[in-house]
Amino acid sequence: MALMEAREVNVVYVPSSGQRIWSVRDVDLVLEQGEFVGLVGESGCGKSTLGYALTRMLRPPARLEKGVIRFDGVDIGTLGGEELRRQRRNGFALVLQSGMNALNPVRNVEHHFGDILKAHARAGERYPAAAVRRRGAELLGKVGLDAAVLGRFPHELSGGMRQRVSIALALTLEPRMIIFDEPTTALDVIVQKAVIKTIKDLQGENGFTAILISHDLGVVLEATDRVMVMYAGRVVEDQPSKDLVGGLHHPYTEALLRCYADPRADEIHLEGIPGTPPDLSLPQRGCSFAPRCPLVQEICRQVDPPLAPMGHGVAACHVRAPSAAVAREG
Amino acid sequence: MSIVTAVPPPETPGAEVEIRIGPARPMPGPMRFLGRALRTLWSNRKARIGLVILALFIFMAAFAPLIAPHSPTATTFEPYQNPSATNWFGTTGSGQDVFSQMIFGARISLLVGIAAGAMATLLAVTIGLIAGYRPGVIDEGLSFVTNLALVIPGLPLMFILAAYLQSRSVWTIVLVVAFTSWATGARVIRSQASTLRTREFVTSAVFSGEGLFRVVFREILPNMTSLVAGSFFSAATAAVMAEASLEFLGLGDPNTVSWGTILYFAQQQNSLLTGQWVLVFAPGLALALLAMSFTLVNFGVDALSNPRLREK
Amino acid sequence: MRSSVDQASTVPPLVVSGVSKVYTVRGRGKGKVTAVDDVSFTIAPGAAVSLVGASGSGKSTLARMITGSERPTSGSIRFGDLAVEGLHAGGLRKYHSRVQMIFQDPYAALNPLHTVAYTVMRPCQNFLGMSGAQANERVHDLLETVGLTPPTQFVGKLPHQLSGGQRQRVVIARALACDPELIVADEPVSMLDVSLRADVLGLLANLRAKRGLSLLYITHDLLGARVVSDEILVLNQGKVVEQGSTKQVLQHPKHQYTVQLLDAVATPFAVAGTGPTR
Repeated sequence: MALMEAREVNVVYVPSSGQRIWSVRDVDLVLEQGEFVGLVGESGCGKSTLGYALTRMLRPPARLEKGVIRFDGVDIGTLGGEELRRQRRNGFALVLQSGMNALNPVRNVEHHFGDILKAHARAGERYPAAAVRRRGAELLGKVGLDAAVLGRFPHELSGGMRQRVSIALALTLEPRMIIFDEPTTALDVIVQKAVIKTIKDLQGENGFTAILISHDLGVVLEATDRVMVMYAGRVVEDQPSKDLVGGLHHPYTEALLRCYADPRADEIHLEGIPGTPPDLSLPQRGCSFAPRCPLVQEICRQVDPPLAPMGHGVAACHVRAPSAAVAREG
Repeated sequence: MSIVTAVPPPETPGAEVEIRIGPARPMPGPMRFLGRALRTLWSNRKARIGLVILALFIFMAAFAPLIAPHSPTATTFEPYQNPSATNWFGTTGSGQDVFSQMIFGARISLLVGIAAGAMATLLAVTIGLIAGYRPGVIDEGLSFVTNLALVIPGLPLMFILAAYLQSRSVWTIVLVVAFTSWATGARVIRSQASTLRTREFVTSAVFSGEGLFRVVFREILPNMTSLVAGSFFSAATAAVMAEASLEFLGLGDPNTVSWGTILYFAQQQNSLLTGQWVLVFAPGLALALLAMSFTLVNFGVDALSNPRLREK
Repeated sequence: MRSSVDQASTVPPLVVSGVSKVYTVRGRGKGKVTAVDDVSFTIAPGAAVSLVGASGSGKSTLARMITGSERPTSGSIRFGDLAVEGLHAGGLRKYHSRVQMIFQDPYAALNPLHTVAYTVMRPCQNFLGMSGAQANERVHDLLETVGLTPPTQFVGKLPHQLSGGQRQRVVIARALACDPELIVADEPVSMLDVSLRADVLGLLANLRAKRGLSLLYITHDLLGARVVSDEILVLNQGKVVEQGSTKQVLQHPKHQYTVQLLDAVATPFAVAGTGPTR
């Protein structure tokens, strides 16, 4: 049985005034135990929102409008309060974007560990200071930090160290799935590489299922086994990571790849993607990428392409991955 | 920004507005800004109640001669009377109609509250902005003065000043209250100005060749309006109470009629003992309501500056 | 508008000599922090130079000293004959009319209460002494230049009505308004989506060619540096560890830190192992 199974996830953002924005639209996601999946896309594509939805971390005005989310067979979409909290123990965890924001500035690292251990302690479990320190040191060791960090406060740590502490905290309850939301975006470019390596090593050693959310395609391709490309709230492509660079892909993926280049090359050809993403407060008709797509056909403007097989994965494109179902209807 | 307790963070800050590029609205003039502010305040339940109460008091004060059945100072009635058909709230020891006094009294309380509040806020903004924008010696000096003003107890200082000053007009009270209550606001405004000073748009303005005054008054201050408004309402609340305290202790102008003086005379004439509890209850309740209305509006102002506090 | 032909004779070179910046840290852990350590380089008239390094390398501090926002502890910065480190209020203001800055965060660089027109107009009125109508016309020209067309659609907009890429263009338009000779761009695209970067970088390169202005490009993104600049300086902990022509340094890095930086730039192509040539 798949560890995480999400069907038709729809998240809507309802501001107090103005239009509703559909930030995640009809997303299906199946994750097996031990998979390391990357979720990549640009601003507003809904990747972080999806990550939050999957871990039940959405807060008003965002809400899960539709969709079933099953974690290890349990429908977590309807869980609340204590039951949901219990899921976080040995269940799933979320590592946030900026270590500084996730850590309490007036408490030291040891206190953070103690907080988690005590909050989720089962009946009869006690966590005196020594036990907290022991477990804390053990977890810090896993992310490559010295036990001395336990006594430090967040502002005394560098950005990279803070992020590692966040990751160590996420590991405390031995989750079976961890979602990393842009773990390296706020970090220095050299530290980024080190932190991604740590994450990749951890995932390999501990075998937890992981989702890495990032806008940086390079980071995602380097760390993950499988990558899902999101655009305008939809998943437009789902491929094994190593297959993503060569060959044909969804036009958006291809356009995205053209935005990158190797700075060491003799000749650099850098492109952007003309146009802007669609306004998600308006109902979408047809493929959302159609206005900006170099391969656009008439059908693209009428019918929203479903995910259909392409290469070793799937893609939502009438041209690159024509769907049998659509062909039958049309 | 606390990521865990809020909407999932946009992938880049402000990304939620990346999605929508709406029609351009003309640059809001001050009147339009006020209109928009009032509308936002109105949408907040607490602020709405506050605005209604405040409006009632303002109406009462503005149309006092028309609303009050009698003159507040005319000593034509039987003294020490309980509430009756002619005197809804009874009469004072000098035979004045308490109800009319209450209506006219709103004028003084509102006047002092708003005027002293405004003056205190003006002082706070001036000192706070200068201290916040100019770090170094100027900031140190002004912060020292602010801290000094904060440490000295306001009310006792007020009493001393009021007792010392020769004239006892309402404007004396306004000045005394204003000069003793600017410090809290100054502290807050300085802190905010100091934060805004390092924002990139301020640096950008300096690079655009803007001089000191324009940077402070056209770049920084407009981004602090809700803070200043909040500061004003807090100061006004304090001013209303301070004025009443001064009057109650007999340090005010004995010739004016205000809620504080009603309490003063009620105290002098032992109204509770004579069973005329209305003379204590009415002004007390009115003062509490007025102060509360300012505070309630302040809730709305908080919501203006922090959209997350806005109610659905 | 200057053209690149007579440009070479009017834009002075920027000469940074032995510049250092040392901060004294008060409080716990007293000591001195050397943000910039004896840096020297020259920006030739009309040239584009990149300063690359990770955060904490001192590049932002150096940028602030070059634009006059901070004073070096030692060393000199000369823009032609002008001694930048000695400038005060009036002189500094005049300096801003010649050396402008493009900021990193398009969401913080624009006052949320001012329209595009106001923001871009102010330098025209302050430095060029234009009247309202003249400045307005110039605003339209500038918006066209940065690709915000039609200008009439954008003049009345407030920042929150614009996308990140559009805001950054407004920031560039504002920097160009006073016809500067040198532009210091501090990570202008790092907060933009990848799909928007090429356009903004292209715009910068274009402006440089057309107007003949000098460009100091500060970034940690080596690709941007390669696209925009001819010369590159690699900074590590306040010191220049390598410098030279951009292509040369990136293809044949000599210093270990440069190698580290190159290594850290994980592009999809590097990952695929297709090597330096595409």
